[in-house]
Parts: sequence; C-alpha cells; structure tokens
Amino acid sequence: MSFFNKFFSKEKKEDLDKGLEKTKSNFFNKLTKAVAGKSTVDEEVLDELENILISSDVGLETTVKIIERIEGRVAKDKYLNTSELNGILRSEIVSLLAENNTIDLEEFTLPTTEKPAIIMVVGVNGVGKTTTIGKLAHQYKKQGKKVVLGAGDTFRAAAVDQLKIWADRVGCDFYSKGMHTDPAAVAYETTEYAIKNGCDVALIDTAGRLHNKINLMKELTKIKNSIDKKLGGAPHEVLLVLDATTGQNAIEQATHFTNATDVTALALTKLDGTAKGGVAIGISDQFKIPIKYIGVGESIDKLQIFNKQAFVDSLFEA
Amino acid sequence: MFDSLSERLEGAFKTLKGESKITEINIATSIKEIRRALVAADVNYKIAKEFTDKVKEKALGQENVLKAVKPGELMVKIVMDELVDLMGGQAAGINIKGEPAVVLIAGLQGSGKTTFSGKLAHFLSTKRKKKPLLVACDVYRPAAIDQLTVLAKQVGAGIYTEPENKNPVEIALKGIGHAQSNGYDVVIVDTAGRLSVDEQMMTEIANVKEAILPNETLFVVDSMTGQDAVNTAKAFNERINYDGVVLTKLDGDTRGGAALSVKYTVGKPIKFVSMGEKMDTLDIFYPERMAQRILGMGDIVSFVERAQEQFDDEEAKRLEKKIKKNKFDFNDFLGQIGQLRKMGDLKSLMNMIPGMSKMTKDLNIDNSAFNKVESIIQSMTPQERGNPELLNLSRKKRIALGCGQNLDEINRFIKQFDQMRKMMHKMTKMPGMGGMAGPGATMKRGFRKRR
Repeated sequence: MSFFNKFFSKEKKEDLDKGLEKTKSNFFNKLTKAVAGKSTVDEEVLDELENILISSDVGLETTVKIIERIEGRVAKDKYLNTSELNGILRSEIVSLLAENNTIDLEEFTLPTTEKPAIIMVVGVNGVGKTTTIGKLAHQYKKQGKKVVLGAGDTFRAAAVDQLKIWADRVGCDFYSKGMHTDPAAVAYETTEYAIKNGCDVALIDTAGRLHNKINLMKELTKIKNSIDKKLGGAPHEVLLVLDATTGQNAIEQATHFTNATDVTALALTKLDGTAKGGVAIGISDQFKIPIKYIGVGESIDKLQIFNKQAFVDSLFEA
Repeated sequence: MFDSLSERLEGAFKTLKGESKITEINIATSIKEIRRALVAADVNYKIAKEFTDKVKEKALGQENVLKAVKPGELMVKIVMDELVDLMGGQAAGINIKGEPAVVLIAGLQGSGKTTFSGKLAHFLSTKRKKKPLLVACDVYRPAAIDQLTVLAKQVGAGIYTEPENKNPVEIALKGIGHAQSNGYDVVIVDTAGRLSVDEQMMTEIANVKEAILPNETLFVVDSMTGQDAVNTAKAFNERINYDGVVLTKLDGDTRGGAALSVKYTVGKPIKFVSMGEKMDTLDIFYPERMAQRILGMGDIVSFVERAQEQFDDEEAKRLEKKIKKNKFDFNDFLGQIGQLRKMGDLKSLMNMIPGMSKMTKDLNIDNSAFNKVESIIQSMTPQERGNPELLNLSRKKRIALGCGQNLDEINRFIKQFDQMRKMMHKMTKMPGMGGMAGPGATMKRGFRKRR
C-alpha cells in the first residue's frame, strides 16, 4: 500500500536537522553564557531548562524534581563547562526513568517464557491500541512466533474489522465473537484458543475508554480476571497505550488504568509528530512502570523498542 | 490532583493579611500561581506567560476599586473574564448554506474525527432538519470506512464510500455529486488522521479542500492534548485555513487547556464540544464553562445539564404537586435515586460543583452510597412506601430485619427523610421558587429560561 512507503523526502530531513541544530545551539549558547565560571546553576539556565521540559509536557512536578536533582548535583560536584552540565542534565533524566528498576529491552521479547504469553492492551479512546497490537504482532510473527489477536473491542463501530485487517496483514490468527459481544468472554476464549492451538502469544484488544468512567473501568478489571480464570497468572502483561500528544491528563489515565488492571508496561504512540510525550517520564517514575515501546508511524514496522537515552535526547531537539 | 486556582490564590494572598491593594510586589506570587495553574491544565507555557502578563497589567490598573473585594477574589475574576474573553469572541455557528453545503473534517490520528462526523450528521438532522450525507475519505486506516458506515446507519444519515478508491479528492468530489443527485443538503467529508509534519498527507488534505471548496472546514482536537496543541493547530491552519475547532473527549476529566492554546494561537472559534461515544453527545461551546474547567473551578452548568437529560417534565410536574401537598413519599425518593444514578458516577458529578473537588479529593465515593437507603425502602410494604406516616416502632423493627440494618440506622434515615420533605415543602412556598420539585425539576426551570 502506498502509505507504507511514505517517508520524509531528503530535503525535508535536512531542513529538519538544520532547524534542530539551530534550536540546540541556541539552548547550549545560553547555557554556556549563563554558567561560565560559576559553581551554581544560574536562574536563567533553570528558566530555559524549565521551558524546555514544560513544553515537552514533562509537567510541573517532574520538571521541578529534575531541576532539583540537577541543582543538587551541581552543588556537590561543581562543573566546568556546558557540555558537562548537558551531560548531567541528560543523565539525571535518564536515571529518573531508570529508577523503575528496568533496563531497556534489546528486542521484542515476550513478557514470560510460559506458553502462551497473554498480553492485554488498554487505553483511552484514539491512542492507537489496535495499531500498536498490529505492529507488535508483526514483530512477534517475524521471530517465527505463533500469534493470535483477540478482538476485545466489541463496542466501537467496526473495531473488530479493524483488528481483523491487521491480523490478515500480519498473517496471524484472529479470534472474535463479533460486535456487541461480552469482551470478558472474548478475552477468556482467546486465551483458551491460544492454549489449544499452541500459540506463543495472544494479544487481546480492548475498547478505548475514558478513565473516569467507573463502570467501564470495572469492565476492564472483569476482562483481566476472566483471562486469569482461564490461565492462572495471566495476563502476563497489561500494556497501557499513551498518546504522545496527550498532556498532563495522561497521569490521571495511568492512575486509573493501573488501579483497574495493574498495568505492567507503557507504549507511547505518535512520537513521529511534533509532540514529545514528556509526560511519560513522570508516569514511569511515579508508577514504576517501564516504557517498553514507541510508535513512530502508521506502517506495520513503525514500532520501536524504547530507548531512554534516545528519548531524552529527543526532548532537546527541534 | 491540582488544587483549584482560587485555593492557590487564597494561599498566595494569605501573607498579605490586612493588605487590600494589589501592588507590583504582592502580585508576583499570585501571577506565578495563575501561570502554574494554567500550565498544569495544559495551556501552552508561552501562552500562559503572555496571558498572565496581561492579567497583571489589568490587576494593577484596578487598584482603586479594590476596597470592596478581597484581592484574591478580584484576581480570580480578572482571570476568568480574560479567559472567557479570549475563548469566546464572535458567536460561532456552523455554515451550512450551500446546495449542498459541504463540511470538511480534519485532524490528527485518534482525535475523534469519525465519531464527530457521525455526531454532526445527527446534530444537523435532528436540530437543523437537514438531510446529511457522510463521505468516507479515510482510505488509510483499516476499517475506517466500515466505521463511518456503521455510524451513518446509526444516525440515519446517508453514506458514500468507494472502498477500492485510494484517492480522497476523487471520492469527496463524487460524494458531493452523489448528494446533489440524491437530495442530500449537507455533505460531511471525513478524512484520515494525519500528523502536521507529514508533508505528503498535509498536501493531500490541502488538495481535498481546494477541490471541494467546503462551506465549513472543521479542525478536530482531542481535549487532552498537551503543549503540542499549538504546533498542530498552527500547522493545520496554515495548510487548510479552517473555520472552526471541535474539542473532543470532554467527558473525560482533563482540564482542557488545549482549548485556550488553540484559540489563542489561530484565533479560530471553537464551534463544538463532543463528550461521549453516544451519537447525541454533541454541544455548542460555552467559553465560561471552559474557563471554569481550565481553572479547576467546577462546572456547575454541565452538572445541571446532565441532570436535565435525566429528568422529564411530566415526572417533574407530578413531583411538584406532591411536594406542594407535602405528599412526597418513599416511592418518589427511590425514583429520584434511580435518576441520580443514571447521571453517572457520583464523585465525578460532585466534582462539577464548584468547591466540591476539594472535599471529594480523598473521598472514596462510589455509587453504592445509596445501596443502604435503597435496601431500607425496598424492605417496606407498598403501603408504607406511599404513606411514610405509617411507620411505627414495630414496622421499623420489621424493616430493620428485612434489610439487615439496625434500628438506629432506620430511624436516622426516616428522620433525614422527614427533614428533607419539610425542606422541599417549605421551598415551594418561597417566592420565585414555585417550580421546586426535586433536584432535576428545579434545574430545568431555573436554567433553561435564563438562556
């Protein structure tokens, strides 16, 4: 399909890089000017830093936390030049992300060595749950795994069709009971299907729901319980999908979805746009949930393993 | 998780006890608080700064009239007025003059374009007596066409699709032709979600617009959008110069600062707010409500409207009569609880009431709060429910056994019920409160007329 081949033209990319360099050099010029020969961080530098973090949706609380850490480091270690401050800055943010005791994945691994691994995917409306499932299935399939997709979004118009198309694209199994059926039953039976048919992994889709709808959140808990009922200890992963364009409300989302389903991993989608998804830093830190995947485009191979260093670098770009 | 602005300002002004003037010095803290509140609500940080600078100017200019009001209150008022001013402006209806009128829908992926398209069709056919045709131009996302087809069926609108055609310009043009020859008077063109940095896709939407020359182009924004709202709104505006903005997913608990960011950046009116997955949950935009929401000051009007949806006029009149005669009974009360439940989750309802969010913050209220009361009433005989006066000690004892609660609780409830009944009866006698009949009915009368 034509959109699979879509990419930035070469000139466009160069433009982007140029713009990027300009922003970078501006920031570091300011840094240099403000810190030359000083042993404390200048207000001006902190303001600039605050602006950068806030404009990436990092949020007030986490921004303050990061800045305090940097002030602490500078007071203790002193520093000589901007590149050192730059290094400190990045390493502090990275360590904030690392405190949830996880290291970045090397490749798309399953959450358990047991077979089948059950992954349940949750999130608010329009974040890209179904697309993420399709892309993830593609990665597992590429590794020669037997994959089944469970059509647990039985509510939104044509959601089942959408997942079916992804299953066809990926070339994996698909389990559905049709629209307007009980999603908990779909989840249960998908698990059953995975066991019976010797699947390595089942990815179970759920309908998008706003986290303040109590009954819908209860439904999610029920779906999770029904999976556990079929296969003790499952689901092995509850993946919360967050949209990188979302602002501070993502924290509320994480709170409520975690309460309802004990989220174990995050996927951050739509990072190919201008949004930075900085709110994920605070969420990862506050809830001790690792960010595992990032979505960087609509085509099937545009799902990547999250890399802390690269993510932090991107905050200071463009 | 965030305190409302008024609380924050109270804090900021506490140090100034006795001072009744806003000065350059004492205003600094509160300006900072306002800025923080705005940023926490996802207003773009640059806009928050410009906005607060303006507020500061206004506040300092008002030194003289300050005697009567507390500085904190005055600041809140200035902020509110400025916000409403910024987000409001010209009254903004949708332009559906045309033969047929053409409406183009654009936005990012997952912002809610397709759902909104369905809702708009429903809105135009029910409120404007139009015959809308939905045209499916999202040729990329799997099953997007099916989704629109299902929605069209749901709302009883026409649908035009070309599943094999990958050219949105062609589909849109043919869709308009189809409308002309089949008597549709509004064409709603749903398009694929796209990122503003995707040159190819942005060119595509610009081409669609150029080809179909819509009467109205609407840009759909997820109300949960963060700082990036500014970039996206600007980029889309540069390419398709849209006429208005649609805010979606407002039934969530986001503060919705994106609304201010978008309006401030492109100056285009917000024409619709969308709040739910049902097709009839589309509303026009009220700047005052949005301002209150951004500042975390509750949203009493939405609360009232949610109530209105659930209470019907007939029932209200019947109750009103009963209350006037002091005949409000347990059956009526049970009915009211049922209606309240239909309005949704209690905590989120209470949060809409200004000042309540502070109180409910750490409370774990769920809808089972009424379970006890319901079980008590359900343990009564039909006669008792209709005649609260019948309840003597032996009856109360029986009810206590029936619902598994102790006698004290039964007594407490009956006492509360009596007090409530007396209160309601009294209120019907107050001048100007003639229509008082339970929460729903009051609101219906109180608000509809004032608009």
